[in-house]
Amino acid sequence: MKKFIIGLLVTNESGALTRISGMFSRRCFNIDSLTVGVTEDPGISRMTIVMTGDEYSRDQIVKQLSKIHSVKEIKEMDPENSVSRELVIIKVRADSKTRSEIIDAVTVFRNKIIDYAKDALSIEATGEYTKLEAFIELMSTYGIIEICRTGLISIDRASQTLKDSGRISEH
Amino acid sequence: MKLSGARILIETLIEQGTEVIFGYPGGTVLNIYDELYLNSDRIKHIITAHEQGAAHAADGYARASGKVGVVLATSGPGATNLVTGIANAYLDSVPIVAITGNVAGNMFGKDSFQEVDIMGVTLPITKHNYVVRRAEDLAGTVREAFRIAMSGRPGPVLVDIPKDVQLSYAEYEVGEKVKPYAAVRASDDEIKKAAAMIRESKRPYIFCGGGAVTAGCGKEIAEIAEKTDGYIGLSMMGLSAVHADNPRNLGMMGMHGHYAANRALKECDLIVALGVRFSDRATGNKDKFSAGKNIIHIDVDTAELNKNIPATLCIHSELGYAVKRLLAELGDCGKHPEWQDSIARFRKFEGEHKPPFLSDRLTPYDVIDAVCKRTTDNMPVATDVGQNQLWTAQRYRVRKPRRFLTSGGLGAMGFGMGAAIGACVATGERTVLFTGDGGFGMNLNETMTAVSQNLPLVVIIMNNTVLGNVRQWQTMFFNKHYSATTLNRAVDFPALAKAFGAVGMRAENREELEEALDIAFAADGPVIIDCAIDKDERVLPMIPPGGAFEELKLD
Repeated sequence: MKKFIIGLLVTNESGALTRISGMFSRRCFNIDSLTVGVTEDPGISRMTIVMTGDEYSRDQIVKQLSKIHSVKEIKEMDPENSVSRELVIIKVRADSKTRSEIIDAVTVFRNKIIDYAKDALSIEATGEYTKLEAFIELMSTYGIIEICRTGLISIDRASQTLKDSGRISEH
Repeated sequence: MKLSGARILIETLIEQGTEVIFGYPGGTVLNIYDELYLNSDRIKHIITAHEQGAAHAADGYARASGKVGVVLATSGPGATNLVTGIANAYLDSVPIVAITGNVAGNMFGKDSFQEVDIMGVTLPITKHNYVVRRAEDLAGTVREAFRIAMSGRPGPVLVDIPKDVQLSYAEYEVGEKVKPYAAVRASDDEIKKAAAMIRESKRPYIFCGGGAVTAGCGKEIAEIAEKTDGYIGLSMMGLSAVHADNPRNLGMMGMHGHYAANRALKECDLIVALGVRFSDRATGNKDKFSAGKNIIHIDVDTAELNKNIPATLCIHSELGYAVKRLLAELGDCGKHPEWQDSIARFRKFEGEHKPPFLSDRLTPYDVIDAVCKRTTDNMPVATDVGQNQLWTAQRYRVRKPRRFLTSGGLGAMGFGMGAAIGACVATGERTVLFTGDGGFGMNLNETMTAVSQNLPLVVIIMNNTVLGNVRQWQTMFFNKHYSATTLNRAVDFPALAKAFGAVGMRAENREELEEALDIAFAADGPVIIDCAIDKDERVLPMIPPGGAFEELKLD
């Protein structure tokens, strides 16, 4: 089992998200995260889907997604040739004894305190998957009260784009 | 020119070559029906007894004609009644466009009278679907719906049109008849590889499915079999691809397939799978199915490649193109006398092990043979689902592509009446339906449609007074616990036919059947023949679900 990142350009219309998420549930594939937002072209949305699976599920998912008429471009993102980020907000327990330690960790990880209270801190953390996992693990020693994640977004390096490197889906 | 949305819909359907719509009126499609009234000289509408029948009729029309079938229904219950028909077309890759009315846009989401989110309901059973929100978008959407339905692997598309869109006006200009999207074609390299694998094979087997019927390349597939000294086994959906009497054709393979077709599949060293999706009803035990064999899989739908059965060589291609190229590329494949001898032995064995029927008066094969003798090559034959379907698939000699209509993937009882009506309308030929007392019971209301249209339908009810196929499984796997399959009904089918305005007869033996068929094949309108079949007749051979060839039961 491996993690895969799939980049998609889909038509910005009602139902597109349901078509895509429905395919995953219908065919018994799991989604780790799914993000969607509009692009420079208001008619097109971009999705990043992270999933865990074997070669079979990866192959099937890309093929089944490419059959959905709303999907205009689809590509498995190459971790070597793309950059990925996720935003996480972590609310962590903090008192006079632990607060400075937590603030040190936030500084070292180049994260940001975005809310400060007597008994808790809210931290904005961005990064790729491994950095965030390491930070979340560290914070869990202080007691995570709540966590909120955007899911991963991913873009090709250099001037390459999903449009010219992805394959136009056939219908 | 500016036209109402309802008129634009009719104009677009006509421009796309629609001659017949199957449907049922209602509150949110009144404007469309008004336009159908005004344009009745340009486009024909056939009202069915129930929207499900209309959906199956559009499906049957598409299967028989190769054109896109069109069905029209109102919102809410009209739309949900289409669902089984749409799912059926989806699983068997049949191009239909389903048009539904819906409440006006400003009443959306308020649980208005007869409001159903039919787009949401049909998401997993359509190739694509639309809610049209502006009359300006209507013509383009309907054209795109036709295009998607017929492109690549065909399938159903639904277009939901709210009432306000039907009422408002937009510019309309006559458009071209759309053409399918260009499908992917096999590369020369892929064809060369496939040809080389076939040339190396000593025991080639062509497994041919519904994709070959859609692509219309059965003739070339038979030529490949001849050239390679190979043999053909057909999936149920592929039955009409190759003439039943072709010496290379071993008939249907799979769960209830012919002994020779399944035995040859087991013994072959290469499966050339053309337009198939390796359904569990065809493969049984997947590991044993492909053990020790090379498999070449060619399909227009890339997602079918390596989905159910991993292949040695996968070719994503328009099937007709790939088959023609392959035929040209093959060259000399030599002869395989040992393989021929084996096949002859399998066939001999099959001939010596006929299914053991119980009745000495009228067996299922007696019925099918008697009908087969009278049908011409061009007459469509439809089935319902269950034993009637399996017996027909085994025994009926299908002689022309698109003349065998059956619910393969969904296995929807009640499919038959609608499908037969659609095929009859599409071809103008006398059409035979083999059904059971169970399946006929589901949509027998469509007899009314056959009468109102005066369609020459020959409806053969294989009446065994039980749900025979489920009963057979209960006999074989559930200790004869006949739970809910003994019907205890007392329907007088000939009288029922008469009540509907059709002709009805009962046949308890071969002589009575022949007399009834004499009348049925001379009649102008629908004739129903109620044939008495023993309730314990079974469909054999049978490979149990998930089983391998070794588990095949002959008696």
